[in-house]
Amino acid sequence: MTKFEYAPAPESRSVVDIAPSYGLFIDGEFTEAADGKVFKTVSPASEEVLSEVAQAGAEDVDRAVQAARKAFEKWSALPGAERAKYLFRIARIIQERSRELAVLETLDNGKPIKETRDADLPLVAAHFFYYAGWADKLDHAGFGRRTTEGHSGANPRPLGVAGQVIPWNFPLLMLAWKIAPALATGNTVVLKPAETTPLSALFFADICRQAGLPKGVVNILPGYGDAGAALVEHGGVNKVAFTGSTAVGKAIARQVAGTRKKLTLELGGKGANIVFDDAPIDQAVEGIVTGIFFNQGQVCCAGSRLLVQESIQDELLDALKRRLSTLRLGDPLDKNTDIGAINSAEQLARIKALAETGEAEGAERWSPACELPSSGYWFAPTLFTNVTQAHTIARDEIFGPVLSVLTFRTPDEAVAKANNSQYGLSAGIWTEKGSRILAVANKLRAGVVWANTFNKFDPTSPFGGYKESGFGREGGRHGLEAYLDV
Amino acid sequence: MSDRLSVLKTYKLYVGGKFPRSESGRVYEVTDSKGKWLANAPLSSRKDARDAVVAARKAFGGWSGATAYNRGQILYRVAEMLEGRKDQFVREVADAEGLSRAKAAVVVEAAIDRWVWYAGWTDKIAQVVGGANPVAGPFFNLSTPEPTGVVAIVAPRESSFLGLVSVVAPVIATGNTAVVIASEKAPLPALSLGEVLATSDLPGGVVNVLSGKAAEIAAPLAAHQDVNAIDLTGADQELARELEIAAADNLKRVLRPQAVDGEDFTADPGTHRLTAFLETKTVWHPTGSLGASGSAY
Repeated sequence: MTKFEYAPAPESRSVVDIAPSYGLFIDGEFTEAADGKVFKTVSPASEEVLSEVAQAGAEDVDRAVQAARKAFEKWSALPGAERAKYLFRIARIIQERSRELAVLETLDNGKPIKETRDADLPLVAAHFFYYAGWADKLDHAGFGRRTTEGHSGANPRPLGVAGQVIPWNFPLLMLAWKIAPALATGNTVVLKPAETTPLSALFFADICRQAGLPKGVVNILPGYGDAGAALVEHGGVNKVAFTGSTAVGKAIARQVAGTRKKLTLELGGKGANIVFDDAPIDQAVEGIVTGIFFNQGQVCCAGSRLLVQESIQDELLDALKRRLSTLRLGDPLDKNTDIGAINSAEQLARIKALAETGEAEGAERWSPACELPSSGYWFAPTLFTNVTQAHTIARDEIFGPVLSVLTFRTPDEAVAKANNSQYGLSAGIWTEKGSRILAVANKLRAGVVWANTFNKFDPTSPFGGYKESGFGREGGRHGLEAYLDV
Repeated sequence: MSDRLSVLKTYKLYVGGKFPRSESGRVYEVTDSKGKWLANAPLSSRKDARDAVVAARKAFGGWSGATAYNRGQILYRVAEMLEGRKDQFVREVADAEGLSRAKAAVVVEAAIDRWVWYAGWTDKIAQVVGGANPVAGPFFNLSTPEPTGVVAIVAPRESSFLGLVSVVAPVIATGNTAVVIASEKAPLPALSLGEVLATSDLPGGVVNVLSGKAAEIAAPLAAHQDVNAIDLTGADQELARELEIAAADNLKRVLRPQAVDGEDFTADPGTHRLTAFLETKTVWHPTGSLGASGSAY
């Protein structure tokens, strides 16, 4: 078969102007850290330094929380319709600047432009647009009636200052998931982006400026874990929202114990993608690929465990391997790139170590022929067969482009294996039989179940985990609850 | 009045549908509000707590898999059984809480009515908190509430019966199973409730009642890896904090105790105790695009 090579098709970098340095965004102003600390943010695809960013410490956290407290009075007293209009403005400005933000995100995160352009940015704008519309309709959201403790009564009230800590895998999208519902419900925000991806949050600060958002309503504090911990700990914070690892989530749950702080956690996962013998194989293969290789597998709801019915294992794996051989890994800014860079050297080391553990424990490793660029952080799409439930790679979240393949014989066995995990965030089901979809979906202990599809997101659709994948939901009417005193 | 000597009841735990003594063989003295001896109640151990979790887990599949209609019928049956044994509970509540017979009767009647309230909720809550989501794409998308699993409950300290019913009924209404720690100083109404539950078609293990020291029994429950959630309503501030820290180890859902003056169980209960122990599951499926070419007719 003739193979047609692709010509390079890079998206232009000139659409985004990255300043050599950025400050913290507190009370509507960019400012240096109190102790003057800065850190560098690099492009994971090339290790090029993109910018130098102020690094928040405890003192800055205090300043930001004070600013948010002060802003809360007026912001929460605004008519919902006015808050809504600010959010609609933000949504529109994001749409206007979406190409710039997509390129920026791809540079800072390493994910393919195809994804930031077609998934991240449209979802970010949609999320703000969705929650904007809630701001003046909270009385109709069904949270009004809680009379036993003299709480909300007829009108649900905001909580106050929300301290939000977000991860690096979907920097701007996670920001949207946190900030949009918080502002719609009348809270003010102090948000800490991840240390490897601070830039899009700082660009968002500029969007707040363009939208004329009152000072102190949104504060952005780039920094490390210590700043996140200081934020969670701060007495002026009424609400803590965290997306990230289960280990940190547990530490935060301990930190807020005994306080009145409301907590929502969106943590790790080890999603089972179950393929039955009557599944449409070609669609299932596409779904498996989307499930584990979207965003280099750095997705909490990734379908990282493939459970395939024994009778079709060979057929499915052959098709899957054929498909993986066509994936294009390389320059994230190239519009034809399917697999971008791993976000950081640290994450790459973690993925490598877990893959080595997989081999050491006896699973069989396979990757397509795939040339990795000489600079930057890269990991080839990887598939493990002969995996058992006891293997580390079947239990621990790898957060990388690594798929563990297990088999089953009966639907009951598939469900038992799928649920045999500390996590419960996502799952997939592939079968043409409707009643089987419903029966299996009903038995799976996971917050999101994709049947004959995978990794679909929408602002109207609640997202969040069972068990150690966290609690609370983001998205939809459900997502309001996390930010209301109900 | 005859001189007949009454037959006293040995109060026992209610675990897995059976009435065991504490495996520890320990009891403690329960008195009325004036200090008069009422009974020796089992002083549960951590082993009793773990046994109760095993029973609750075993019951979870069947109870959460029962139809909401069926669960509603059973909760209503509990109210029916209680109505028939009202006199006994009025006596026990009067003794436990130092109330007059008349006031105790009001409390017991409110507790019976609470079972009726929650019986009606079993097949309605899913429509109130779940539903279809209008996603921007060709997908059917439905969110449904599901029970969290095994819920440990520290029942209110003061409201030994109405408070107890108010925390237990919402947990099981939605399909969870429960391990309940009765009020430490007034456990008898709770232990008697076990006898009512046992005769109300409630499957064994759905509700398990332990008596004893709240701190001693709650600690292993809060740390238990097979408990999914904990209701701290009856824990004091310090105990609640300790239990919440222990609960973080497997990220149990935690319902914190309310304001210092405690919760008013006579008020309209609302739905928050139902929703505190529900998970939301969202299922997606492609819809296809029949007629998308524009010629439906």
